Amino acid sequence: MKTTDIVASAVKSTFRSKLRTSLTVIAIVIGAFTITITNGLGTGINAYINDTVAAIGADNVLTVTKTPDTSNETDEGVRLYDPESSRVVNNNTPPGPGAAETVEAITDADIELLRELDTVESAERQVQVSPDFIQLGDGERFEFTISNFVPGATLQLAAGEQLDNDSDDLQLIIPLDYATALGCDEPADCVGLVATLAVTDATDVQHLVEADVIGVSEESLGATNAGSANTALTNALFDQQSIGLSETARTSYASAVVTFASDASDESVTTLRDELTDLGYDSQTVSEQIGTFRSVIDGIILVLNSFAAIALVAAGFGIVNTLLMSVQERTREIGLMKAVGLSGRKIFALFSTEAVFIGFLGSAIGSILGIVIGSATSGVLSAGILGDLAGLTLIAFTPASVAGVIVLIMAIAFVAGTLPALRAARKNPIVALRYE
Amino acid sequence: MSATAISVKNLTKTYGEGSGRFAALRGVSVKAELGESLAIVGKSGSGKSTLMHVMALLDEPSGGKVTVMGQRATGLRSAELNALRNETFGFVFQQFFLIPGASVLENVMLPLTIAGVSGRERRRRAMETLEQLEIADKASNRATDLSGGQKQRVAIARALVNGPSVIFADEPTGNLDSATGEVVEDILFTLNREKAITLVIVTHDQTLAARCDRRVYLKDGLVVTPKELTS
Ligand SMILES: Nc1ncnc2c1ncn2[C@@H]1O[C@H](COP(=O)(O)OP(=O)(O)OP(=O)(O)O)[C@@H](O)[C@H]1O
Ligand SMILES: [Mg+2]
Repeated sequence: MKTTDIVASAVKSTFRSKLRTSLTVIAIVIGAFTITITNGLGTGINAYINDTVAAIGADNVLTVTKTPDTSNETDEGVRLYDPESSRVVNNNTPPGPGAAETVEAITDADIELLRELDTVESAERQVQVSPDFIQLGDGERFEFTISNFVPGATLQLAAGEQLDNDSDDLQLIIPLDYATALGCDEPADCVGLVATLAVTDATDVQHLVEADVIGVSEESLGATNAGSANTALTNALFDQQSIGLSETARTSYASAVVTFASDASDESVTTLRDELTDLGYDSQTVSEQIGTFRSVIDGIILVLNSFAAIALVAAGFGIVNTLLMSVQERTREIGLMKAVGLSGRKIFALFSTEAVFIGFLGSAIGSILGIVIGSATSGVLSAGILGDLAGLTLIAFTPASVAGVIVLIMAIAFVAGTLPALRAARKNPIVALRYE
Repeated sequence: MSATAISVKNLTKTYGEGSGRFAALRGVSVKAELGESLAIVGKSGSGKSTLMHVMALLDEPSGGKVTVMGQRATGLRSAELNALRNETFGFVFQQFFLIPGASVLENVMLPLTIAGVSGRERRRRAMETLEQLEIADKASNRATDLSGGQKQRVAIARALVNGPSVIFADEPTGNLDSATGEVVEDILFTLNREKAITLVIVTHDQTLAARCDRRVYLKDGLVVTPKELTS
């Protein structure tokens, strides 16, 4: 018997008992639908987190701080004052609770030391600049903040291009709301204009710095309503803002940003971080900074998926039951086919194919339903209560994951079909023909 | 001397275990020569069907020797066994055994489908066989919608379609009225005469048995003489 004939025959017998097949298919549809939706949630949210990670920083970057010296701590955990050590406020804590903390400062000497390390490609001070206002031409002046921009990070842009940290040009990216407030009808209208930023130094003198607006960023979890500056602009602003400060204050930074090769192996990164620990530095990757967030999402998806898995196991038993009944009903037919020379292996193939086809029907219908309903729901939510999070598609589908679900369910159906199919294959033709 | 299609020697067949043990065949030796028609006659429960099933390699004997076309049956691999069932043998049963829901044409094509013959070729051969049996006009009907006589003709077409050398028929007229039964008998004997197909017919109908070249009488799992059968 040819493979095409086996498939055709299996498909045909699937539709012979329509009610029974439909009920089994419905059970699979429910499982497939659930798993498609939960997978869609996982895909959508994780894609959003990935974009957000890109906005917070690249994955070949470490934020380095000095390990706090706890030797002068009292039993209560309060540190004694030490006039020798310099401390700065670190605003650069990861998003979430914790806010700012006082840390031991990184100095230019530390930066030099970090640059000497083998795997390190670059080490830059990370400084906080606090502009007073932003102004386009002689337009209205607005309060403005600049977020710490980690080298290699990608922002979600509404217009323009990403910052270039190797450039000597003073580059600025402004948030979408500012583009509108500053008088640009379209975000793209702001790109290419020159903005004036003001900073006040320690002696209360205001300095103006001119920067090229090269992009307009979307609002998202990673990039809040703050602008971003490249290294050249940050340094220019910091230099102006530090006038009048003592030498120590000017060269004390909350943290440094260390970049390593983007193709560095996991081991070499571990080695680097161990080395940093030995030298008295703490280091954090961007994914660690948002790691907890992601593991919560993964946990939720896992729980939802296990509910779907339970539905699929139940559907699997439905397939076993349906096919056992079918084998029983077709006992004589099986006996006849054996008497006419069909091998047990082909009979096994015939019933397995039927099981797989039932699985395919159920999973295809379930996936299509899931995609249609999931996309519709996601669209409504994005336009409504999730409207503030630009770039978030709550339930997203990739062809690979949908195909994966269908293949998985067909595999479950195959496994469920083996028991009835083996039963059919092992039938003795005479017993089958004598069967009433 | 003509060649032997199937011969069985000292055949025994027991069913069950212990106290439920039952010997359906108790040392039967029978030969079917190529091209002849052989009737297996006996009362109900005498072991006729059991004997036929063993001769047709559908069932394994408990003891004895089966030779098909000069080949020992016990050493056959399952692929060879399936090829014999598919190409050399044809079966006709009292209860027709047509696949319900499938069309007449599909039923007749079954042995060819199993043999892996291509769609167009098997359709052509099945239609040819249906025409030969004069029921080609029912080809697209559902098998279950036919009358008994028509069903049996479809069953014969199915047995015939792959050009067998032996046709086994178990009470082929048992479910038919005498007029229809006679038509079916005529078809079988015409095939025997014109195509030299060996017939092995199981029956308890004396007139059908009388039309065959040779008769074997069974009683309680043993071959007996016609006199012993009625005693
Ligand atoms: N699977 C089985 N288990 C136990 N006994 C069986 C089995 N199959 C057949 N028998 C017994 O073997 C004996 C012979 O059966 P068989 O079907 O060969 O009879 P038969 O001559 O064809 O009868 P009939 O004319 O009624 O068809 C019967 O007594 C039957 O009860
Ligand atoms: Mg019988």
